[in-house]
Amino acid sequence: MSLGSVPLKYKISIDRDQCMKCMRCVDNCSYGVYRVEDDRILIDSRRCTACHRCISMCPRDAIMLQEKPVDYRSHPLWTAEAREDIINQARTGKIILAGMGNAMDYPIIFDRLVLDACQVTNPSIDPLREPMELRTYLGKKPAKLEFTKSDKGDIELKTELAPNLKLETPIMIGHMSYGAISLNAQLSLAKAVAKTGTFMGTGEGGMHESLYPYQKNMIVQVASGRFGVDINYLERGAAIEIKIGQGAKPGIGGHLPGEKVCSDVSCTRMIPLGSDAISPAPHHDIYSIEDLAQLVRSLKEATEWKKPIFVKIAAVHNVAAIAAGIARSSADAVVIDGFRGGTGAAPKVFRDNVGIPIEAAVAAVDQKLNDQGIRNEVSVIASGGIRNSADLAKSIALGADAVYIGTASLIALGCRVCGNCYRGLCPWGIATQRPDLVDRIDTDVGSQNVANLIHAWTLELSELMGAAGINSIESLRGNRERLRGYMLDEGMLNVLKVDPVGA
Amino acid sequence: METMTIDAKGMHYTPLNKMIREAVASGVREIVINNVLGQRFIANGLRSNVRITITGVCGGDLGMFMSGPECIVRGDCEHAPGNTMDNGTIVIHGSAGDAVAHSMRGGRVFVRGDIGYRGGIHMKQYEQKRPVLAVGGTTHAFLGEYMAGGIIIVLGMGHEVAVKDRGIGSGIHGGEIIIRGDVEDRLLGVGATKVKFSEDDLKRLSPLITEFCEYIEVDPSRFLDTGYTRIIPASSRPFAGKYTWE
Amino acid sequence: MCGIIGVIDRTRARMDGSSIKKALSLMNERGSGEGAGYVAYGIYPDYPDCYAIHVFFDNLVEPKSKVDEVLHKWGRIVHQEEIPTYEQPCLKREHIPWRYFYKPYTEFIVGSNNPAEDIVKHLVMTVNSTIPGALIFSSGINLGVFKAAGWPEDVADFYRIEDYKGYIWLAHNRYPTNTPGWWGGAHPFNLLDWAVVHNGEITSYGTNRRYVESNGYKCTMSTDTEVVAYLFDLLGRRHGLPSEMVVEAMAPPFWDEIDMLPEKEQKLKRTLRLTYGPALMNGPFAIVVATSKGIVGFTDRIKLRPLVVGENGSRLYISSEESAIRVMDPDVKTIYMPRAGEPVIGRFVQ
Repeated sequence: MSLGSVPLKYKISIDRDQCMKCMRCVDNCSYGVYRVEDDRILIDSRRCTACHRCISMCPRDAIMLQEKPVDYRSHPLWTAEAREDIINQARTGKIILAGMGNAMDYPIIFDRLVLDACQVTNPSIDPLREPMELRTYLGKKPAKLEFTKSDKGDIELKTELAPNLKLETPIMIGHMSYGAISLNAQLSLAKAVAKTGTFMGTGEGGMHESLYPYQKNMIVQVASGRFGVDINYLERGAAIEIKIGQGAKPGIGGHLPGEKVCSDVSCTRMIPLGSDAISPAPHHDIYSIEDLAQLVRSLKEATEWKKPIFVKIAAVHNVAAIAAGIARSSADAVVIDGFRGGTGAAPKVFRDNVGIPIEAAVAAVDQKLNDQGIRNEVSVIASGGIRNSADLAKSIALGADAVYIGTASLIALGCRVCGNCYRGLCPWGIATQRPDLVDRIDTDVGSQNVANLIHAWTLELSELMGAAGINSIESLRGNRERLRGYMLDEGMLNVLKVDPVGA
Repeated sequence: METMTIDAKGMHYTPLNKMIREAVASGVREIVINNVLGQRFIANGLRSNVRITITGVCGGDLGMFMSGPECIVRGDCEHAPGNTMDNGTIVIHGSAGDAVAHSMRGGRVFVRGDIGYRGGIHMKQYEQKRPVLAVGGTTHAFLGEYMAGGIIIVLGMGHEVAVKDRGIGSGIHGGEIIIRGDVEDRLLGVGATKVKFSEDDLKRLSPLITEFCEYIEVDPSRFLDTGYTRIIPASSRPFAGKYTWE
Repeated sequence: MCGIIGVIDRTRARMDGSSIKKALSLMNERGSGEGAGYVAYGIYPDYPDCYAIHVFFDNLVEPKSKVDEVLHKWGRIVHQEEIPTYEQPCLKREHIPWRYFYKPYTEFIVGSNNPAEDIVKHLVMTVNSTIPGALIFSSGINLGVFKAAGWPEDVADFYRIEDYKGYIWLAHNRYPTNTPGWWGGAHPFNLLDWAVVHNGEITSYGTNRRYVESNGYKCTMSTDTEVVAYLFDLLGRRHGLPSEMVVEAMAPPFWDEIDMLPEKEQKLKRTLRLTYGPALMNGPFAIVVATSKGIVGFTDRIKLRPLVVGENGSRLYISSEESAIRVMDPDVKTIYMPRAGEPVIGRFVQ
């Protein structure tokens, strides 16, 4: 017996009085919601993904979108989603794939943390008039310094500092590969980080030659698929990042479907056209912590110890101990990706159920490294669901040196978090390789928008720091005194090492 | 041609590699390294057409990211020689550990003896770059797992059956695995399929087999027939049918 | 995590610890200088029937008097002394290693096939879980564990292991994630006659731990490796399974492999898997286990960790790296890699 269809996810309607039939909606929708028959715009709401491209392009605000226009019998356990997933799997017998980050209604710890400000006992600092230092160095720091005295009696530094990345602001753009996103999206991000004095990740898909002009602001990624990885690629990067895991799908690999492997992607990844690009779940030369150390040292050896090596892991239960192991591997920085991190595609069951939030993970890692006396020797980068400058400030106070943003930077390029990235039809030209869609991004405009975002957050962070009487980012890092927990339970406060409000 | 000899006894790999790089930069085209015992990363990321002859047991990741050199090892290798190698040749006259030629992109890894588990895992090809892993002895489980291109040849010398471990070509979506003699169906991994090794295949691969045999100092004539099994991907998209949209 | 090496002389000829120290140091890339250890069998011929109980004391006041008290309650201390150690510049002394040579009073308990061993096991569990500042890390007859937080050569020199002669040696170079700097976290782990060195991480630890705990063991070392020693003790000593069967229970064949076997063998393997399902160890591991009767080395079922075997006459070596074996014995004759889950067993020749 047929299961029939499930209700529409979204209902699109056009206010026909307002509509001037400019057809922008028809032209802009890559999902085929609109078509024209006999001079009338017809709507197929079932195809709608709520990407808002049509709405944003409509000059008359004539388009309306309604989510879940059909009610189910309400039930607290058997939600519409639970029922629809079952129907889907009863039909197909397959794993459900979903886009963007964790969509479950878990409490957001960031929103239960509040920041501090000075009153009376010390003055706030006005960042517009007083010096305010956000410069951040990522990389290994010595535990202590050694000096020698020259023959003339001058004191000379004996300790050699390992290479560090210099960031003008502690905001970087995370790794989104060419293949997962378009070249114009990557180019916009690259120009933005070059403008703002920070860095972005290449993702695991290699580096397209049109990004070479920005390579000194790029961190090249080595993931389990080793796509596009050769010695030239390694030497191009300002730093090299080993991707072990991703917050959106800890413990599993990924694959770029063959239809996204166009000739340019194929050439950048160095794989045949139209072939699936499969990233295995583990690196098959890393099955243990000492193997990670081996890959870290291998990359260092290949690049003559000139590049900082980052290691990115998904935030999982034992994240603190794992990070402590990574810190011993010659790696220069640990990247922790929380369970709200975005993705082009992930099995829904992983996206929504595996991993832990970044707030707890970064605090636990910071604490563990601190307990072991090695916190300052490595850098910690937090990522996964950072939405604004407050999340940024809180991440740093919980122990991060810097953050990676991903989804936020894409929203600055037009993304509306519709979560259909895996379909390759992104009407904003971001998660697609279709040339006409990719062309929708003007990289000059796009990069300006992204740079504006980084600039705005940087300003806000300065204001927040100034209000807290802090004029150098080092003084915010790990500074739990400037955080309080609001309606967090004792167990959570203990993990975060934060006092409750009023305490 | 200038030759240089290094005694690596007790030496750490970083100064060893530094010596190699400096030698190559100064125009040395032939390097002999003696008394190697467990040093990792030899010739790592090296770009050159230098020939390096090594006596001893190489540590892990020999020739990782290497692009061009020829490394001849008179002895065994530990973990993953030819890891993510780009170009050049590694010849191992002894045996090697697990994950030999892992993610290899180009060039050749020739092993006279046996190799461990996951040989040739995720080798991949692009246009004219077709990596080759040839093994004189046997290989263990998950040979050519996730293989995305290139060629693996296993001759099975010294073994009754060339390969008797499971998971051959598990998840293979490019390239081919050529195994001497027959291969039991149950040993094939998910997505791998067995096809006849034809006269055309022999014609195509004879030069490679011959070259391999010459490198490992074995008479090639007894290997130049169609007594092989050829294993190829059932599809270039092995996981395409695994998912449904949200 | 880590690098391992073991050697047995199958004629019981005793070897001093100098060569295994060199072998372990060769694998320093596998460690992080935060844990190394050695165990040797046959090192205490002067006390051939005493349990050699090695203890880390935080001080010799409260913890020691409490340990003395329980030992006195359950048996006779034949001899005791501080384990001789030698200061090393790169090794911070965290504990005082002490040893007792001990004979339990076997008439005190009933219902045990081996009262002496059960008493010593009980003492280990009691001391380690109830006496702060004391940790029994070695408890077998005529064997001893020597371990600390440091690089292999420093730990070896701290105990001067070249002064000990044994017919079996196991050694381990640690790369900790969870308890760096903790001496108790270093390998080998030992209980009674069993000693274990382990490279990898056991993802079934939670399940295995529940199983051994329901059989009276207490996991006190905050690491997955101790569970291996307890599983060997439970299956090998208390259930009386031969070593091959213990390994088979821990790393059994896959069901599809079992399904292809002849009926009788199929039944045996099926029954073994069903009975000892909670003892199945998952995750990457290479393990060498020793007893006074021999050594056995094996890896997980899909060979996620390296293991190399070398042989030269009466000597059998098992190690993470071939190079380490060649450092110990440059004339080693045979070198090979065992298959996944396949036990490599070194027994004494009669």
